[in-house]
Amino acid sequence: MANNLSGGFKAYLHRDLLIALRDRGDLSKPLMFFLLVAVMVPLAIAPEASKLSAIAPGLIWILALLATLLSIERLFSEDYADGSLEQLLISPNLLMMPILGKITAHWLVIGLPLTLLSPVIAIWFSLPISAMVPMMLSLALGTAVLSLIGAVGAALTLPRQGGVLLALLVMPLYMPVLIFGSATIQAAVDGLNWLAPLAMLAALLAVAIVLCPLAISAGLRIAKNG
Amino acid sequence: MNFNLQWTWFHRLGSPRWFYQKTQRWLPWLAIATLALLVTGLVWGLAFAPPDAKQGNSFRIIYLHVPASVVALAGYYIMAISGAVGLIWRIKLSFMLMRSAAPIGAALTFIALVTGAIWGKPTWGAYWVWDARITSMLILLFLYFGVIALRHTYSNNEAADKAGAVLSLVGMVNVPIIYKSVDWWQTLHQPATIKFTGAPSMHPDMFAPLVVMIIGFYSFYSLALILFARAEILRREYRASWVRQLVTNQPAEK
Amino acid sequence: MPTAFSAVFWHNTVLIFLGSNSPLTTHTVLKVESLAFERNDAVLFQPVDFELKAGEALQILGVNGSGKTTLFQLLTAILPSSSGQISYCGQPLSDCRYEYLSDVLFIGHQSGVKAALTVEENLRWMSPNNTSCEKISAALEAVGLSEYAQIHCANLSAGQKRRVALARLMTAQAKLWLLDEPLTSLDKQGVELVERCMCQHLTQGGAILFSSHQDLAQVTTRNYKLEPVVEVA
Repeated sequence: MANNLSGGFKAYLHRDLLIALRDRGDLSKPLMFFLLVAVMVPLAIAPEASKLSAIAPGLIWILALLATLLSIERLFSEDYADGSLEQLLISPNLLMMPILGKITAHWLVIGLPLTLLSPVIAIWFSLPISAMVPMMLSLALGTAVLSLIGAVGAALTLPRQGGVLLALLVMPLYMPVLIFGSATIQAAVDGLNWLAPLAMLAALLAVAIVLCPLAISAGLRIAKNG
Repeated sequence: MNFNLQWTWFHRLGSPRWFYQKTQRWLPWLAIATLALLVTGLVWGLAFAPPDAKQGNSFRIIYLHVPASVVALAGYYIMAISGAVGLIWRIKLSFMLMRSAAPIGAALTFIALVTGAIWGKPTWGAYWVWDARITSMLILLFLYFGVIALRHTYSNNEAADKAGAVLSLVGMVNVPIIYKSVDWWQTLHQPATIKFTGAPSMHPDMFAPLVVMIIGFYSFYSLALILFARAEILRREYRASWVRQLVTNQPAEK
Repeated sequence: MPTAFSAVFWHNTVLIFLGSNSPLTTHTVLKVESLAFERNDAVLFQPVDFELKAGEALQILGVNGSGKTTLFQLLTAILPSSSGQISYCGQPLSDCRYEYLSDVLFIGHQSGVKAALTVEENLRWMSPNNTSCEKISAALEAVGLSEYAQIHCANLSAGQKRRVALARLMTAQAKLWLLDEPLTSLDKQGVELVERCMCQHLTQGGAILFSSHQDLAQVTTRNYKLEPVVEVA
């Protein structure tokens, strides 16, 4: 509702954070999911440190991807249902800043806690301590890209409230993040240069910040008419 | 006003009726060209091209695999660009082309995957290998599925068209990134597989029929796209008087 | 304050000076000319034509499904129109989108009230940035929700939620009100309250376009009936 550019960003960031904090049950569900699936893996495969640490870099990323995907659906669906999306669409200002504000709130509520929780999984899966920092850096950057790309899917699937369709649309687009994310951890485990894949993640984030809000605002306007 | 005159061709091109009537005359020629190219290419490639030094006759599947992959990938760009044209200039026909391009592209991608798997068995000893090209094709197939599935989300045709266009544009930006990242991922893991020699280094006798087949597949793609788009036009414009006339006066016509 | 209004003022002054056209005494805020909308190639209503002057209220009538909500979505530029023109203060909407949307207050079918926020937070969020605390509490007092100010809206009834949204009528600074079914799920007092707000807005030179199935007692309005399209086989 503010006139200046950053105002829309701050206002929506603040509102969405407030709503998320009021609704702590919903907040913790994707994180619980993240941890629970991680517990399933040793039970399903084998509790051998060598086997687990071999699959850990990829596994952590798949879990992060699923947890983001689970939660991104709600990014616009509540606003769509209660009419506040309509109010956003008729605001005279550009949609980019409010959208980026909402996505930043989503990342602070999902991506950042996932990043902070990831050392637990790393210890469970006997990843070397030296891989901890690269892993957390890659998750911090990568989950932001996942939120941005996921928001495109969430906007486009609004009339049907996301669900499996959202996963179908978004998963193929997640592929590069998954590749560079797990490669960062793998490189750190192998003692190679992990800055290169991490830099690629940062590049993906830069591209996504510029392009995704365009697709999201187009998608929201279209979805309102669907 | 002068400006408007110059653009009439563009808007006439965007008229479904004009497209329907114009393509009526193109269709037989395109069909003949497609058939001639595909038959020539297949006979030449399967019977007359020399066998490969290492792979023997099993390499001949590239005369289906490579053209299908090439056109499937190009088809995604054709779909996304028609979507973009529709979004920018609000041309209905271009959305209809986009919608028609999705299932054709998905089918070609599927053909590319199946022929790749069949080729993989004698070459790599397994039907499925996580080769960079094949993995990228698989992701492309899911990108096509996404565009097809999204259409059914919307009850409003116009919104469905625009949403499909936005999604295919997002995909178009992503396709090169996906290809590059899968390529990089492949070199990182360096699997013990025979690297497929790039097309330009092929023997000219093997390469010439491949070019004929690629052109043949493009021609087949255009033919299929026009036929799908014509069906789409009839389905969407059924209220228009010219469609009613067409359906009632000439029942023999499709 | 609205720049488009002053633009019209200067436009009219120049016209007087040139003697080419007599200016309107009460200027037209919103003008809709042969506005049409198609969904899936089916025309929704007969082309719409109306003018809304400052200080005037126009009631949109029409049976259920005649496209009232769609008309509001066209007027808020959420939906693009298929043909026809909407002009605001003499300018086509495409030329003054920012000015127009800054001057519009729209309350739709869904109130836009967030369940997780309190009544006061909701009103503050939906009101202009510079709204004073006194104004907000006065508005809540007027809609009878001052005891509920710190209650989360999830705990309110449908009518109370509607009242939260309608409290915006007292804090808004918009010239043009677009109200889609503002009276649904309101009790008698609520209806009277809305009517009082509307009267006040009109005397201050505002304009209101609203849809409702009931007639208003206090506000004098003109009607515009949306005619459905009869399909010619």
